[in-house]
Amino acid sequence: MAATNNEVWQSATVVAISDVAAGIRRIELEPSAPKHAEPGSHIDLRATIDGGQEKRSYSIVESKDLGKTLVISVFKAPVSRGGSVYMHTLKPGDTLRITQPLQNFPLRVGAERYVLLAGGIGITAIMNMAAVLRNVKADYTLVYAGRTRAAMAYLQDLQEIHGARLQVHVDDEGSSLDVNALVGGIDPGTELYMCGPIRLMDAVRRSWTERELALPDLRYETFGNSGWYDPEEFVVRIPRLGIEAKVGQGRSMLEALEDAGVDMMFDCRKGECGLCEVRILNLDGGAVDHRDVFYSERQQHAAEKMCCCVSRAVSSPRGSRTDANSSATPAVVTIDVS
Amino acid sequence: MTVLQSSSSTTAKVLGHPLNAWYVAAWDHEVTRKPMARTIADRPLALYRTEDGKAVALADACWHRLAPLSMGKTVGKDGIQCPYHGIVYNSAGRCASMPAQETINPSATVPSFPVVERHRFVWVWLGDPTQADPDLVPDMHQMDSQEWAGDGETIFAPCNYQLVLDNLMDLTHEEFVHASSIGQDELSESDFVVSHDDRTVTVSRWMLNIDAPPFWLKNMRDKFPGFEGKVDRWQIIRFEAPSTIRIDVGVAKAGTGAPDGDRSQGVNGYVMNTISPETAKTCHYFWAFMRNYRLDSQLITTQLRNGVHGVFGEDEAMLKAQQEAIDANPDYEFYNLNIDAGGMWVRRLIERMLQAEGRLAAAL
Ligand code: FES
Ligand code: FES
Ligand SMILES: [Fe+2]
Repeated sequence: MAATNNEVWQSATVVAISDVAAGIRRIELEPSAPKHAEPGSHIDLRATIDGGQEKRSYSIVESKDLGKTLVISVFKAPVSRGGSVYMHTLKPGDTLRITQPLQNFPLRVGAERYVLLAGGIGITAIMNMAAVLRNVKADYTLVYAGRTRAAMAYLQDLQEIHGARLQVHVDDEGSSLDVNALVGGIDPGTELYMCGPIRLMDAVRRSWTERELALPDLRYETFGNSGWYDPEEFVVRIPRLGIEAKVGQGRSMLEALEDAGVDMMFDCRKGECGLCEVRILNLDGGAVDHRDVFYSERQQHAAEKMCCCVSRAVSSPRGSRTDANSSATPAVVTIDVS
Repeated sequence: MTVLQSSSSTTAKVLGHPLNAWYVAAWDHEVTRKPMARTIADRPLALYRTEDGKAVALADACWHRLAPLSMGKTVGKDGIQCPYHGIVYNSAGRCASMPAQETINPSATVPSFPVVERHRFVWVWLGDPTQADPDLVPDMHQMDSQEWAGDGETIFAPCNYQLVLDNLMDLTHEEFVHASSIGQDELSESDFVVSHDDRTVTVSRWMLNIDAPPFWLKNMRDKFPGFEGKVDRWQIIRFEAPSTIRIDVGVAKAGTGAPDGDRSQGVNGYVMNTISPETAKTCHYFWAFMRNYRLDSQLITTQLRNGVHGVFGEDEAMLKAQQEAIDANPDYEFYNLNIDAGGMWVRRLIERMLQAEGRLAAAL
């Protein structure tokens, strides 16, 4: 199951919608040029946001009949960049532009054991993998963590399908996931696939490294859309070019700089490749919310550089969510670019 | 299984290859700690062994700039390092180190294909890995059984793999192509019986009370020194989808009961053939000749291998010429004879596999 990033665009018709949890909608699409979606794959689609078209990525939770029907699930984020709001307006019969399945999170068949870890809406990237592992009779455990049962999509289906292989952790029931215990119980030879909020993924990564498990056995997907802090508006300055731009809550620094006419280099736009790196010259009374996986923890702490496609500035140096949100003066980050 | 409606009236000149199947990528001894390159079913592969001796098949193109990993070197327990900028992958195809940065890009992977080592071959599955069931490896047990001895080689055949299957399913060509070794008139004169099921096709031919052709006379004399006289000769060709053919061949002293199952007064060999498409018009043809008598004689092993090498050289020349003629005459079709029954069943089974993969239209 190979990575594919070749975007082949096609049209797709919405054939069914239903709500699968609080704020989470299941959308069934019929693509015009079907292609089977392997576990871990996603589609990019053009969402209409403020009258313009923007690209969004969604994991494929199910691929039926060799891809003739593709199912995605969309969480209407409270602080949305607009994509999920648009997706929640879709109704059967609507058409939109989507890519054929793309793959950045391939599942390898043939590992000794698997742990699949989903946090919240991250279940969308994990569900299809669990189904395949079950079909090939692999040794796997599916760990699904959420804040509250009502917000956990597909919980009942998963319970029916995976039975004792499913472990559920629910914060407001006092059964929160203990990451160290989870990782502590993993033997070498086990591959862990995870998708969820960055705090969860960072915690797993740290625990994994501490236990000196093989790094290639830790698999995760980053859509670069979640950080340690809620996104807030901030200001970016490039003195050398005489640029000052506001980065809105729903925009990335990369987009804001492009809008301001800066010729920016980039590739993945999701914090993996490091090509969009900018040098931080100064940060006024705030902190960098590193949302990339390109820098090591040491490099992120040094805060000399950031991946501007995903990482942001926040106004509170302590970075508690409340502080960050209630802040009146936006953070100002001064940078230089290549 | 869906029945094909009309495709049997056209006989594909270039038959596509199923991907959901095990193909031999190499002889076991070819795959070592030093990576090697081989293309199977249009997939360039880098083949190597881990420190523990496990065979690995990765796509032969680095994630970064597609440099061939087969030019790189094995590192650590199960890794391979790209010869260009040094990215290291483990045997699952996952990046284990990116020399120029402190982290690993989570997207950096190369496809790793399921591998099974069996019957002295390294088999690889290039289709849907969730269907890669080791029980589907074709039966070639004579290759590594206590009761059989022998050896073989690989032919790089410049033709569509189906032409080799056609060649092996109808042995009347022996009379014309292999006149000096195993050919004889009785081949095309004798009757044959064809049968099939979902995965196999069998063609049996018996020739009773005939003179042994030179190849078989020599074998008889290896077992029965000074043998003279008539023999009963058999050829039982057994195809297993998509591209393995074992031929149970032999002769026994005429009238000693071989057709009824008593082969004690004869010599028995198995021609083992498995063909891995390389491209639409080239293939790797792995063969061996196994025998069940005088097992300890390395001399006979070598003589038989060399003898069959000569015979198959004649096939190779014909297959090459046939493919060239096919290419030079794009407007002409294939037509079929009664003797093609075995080969036609083979095509039918392969077309069904292609259809199940949704790839039949592309193939025809
Ligand atoms: S563009 Fe790849 S990390 Fe930003
Ligand atoms: S091409 Fe392999 S590391 Fe660059
Ligand atoms: Fe031949």
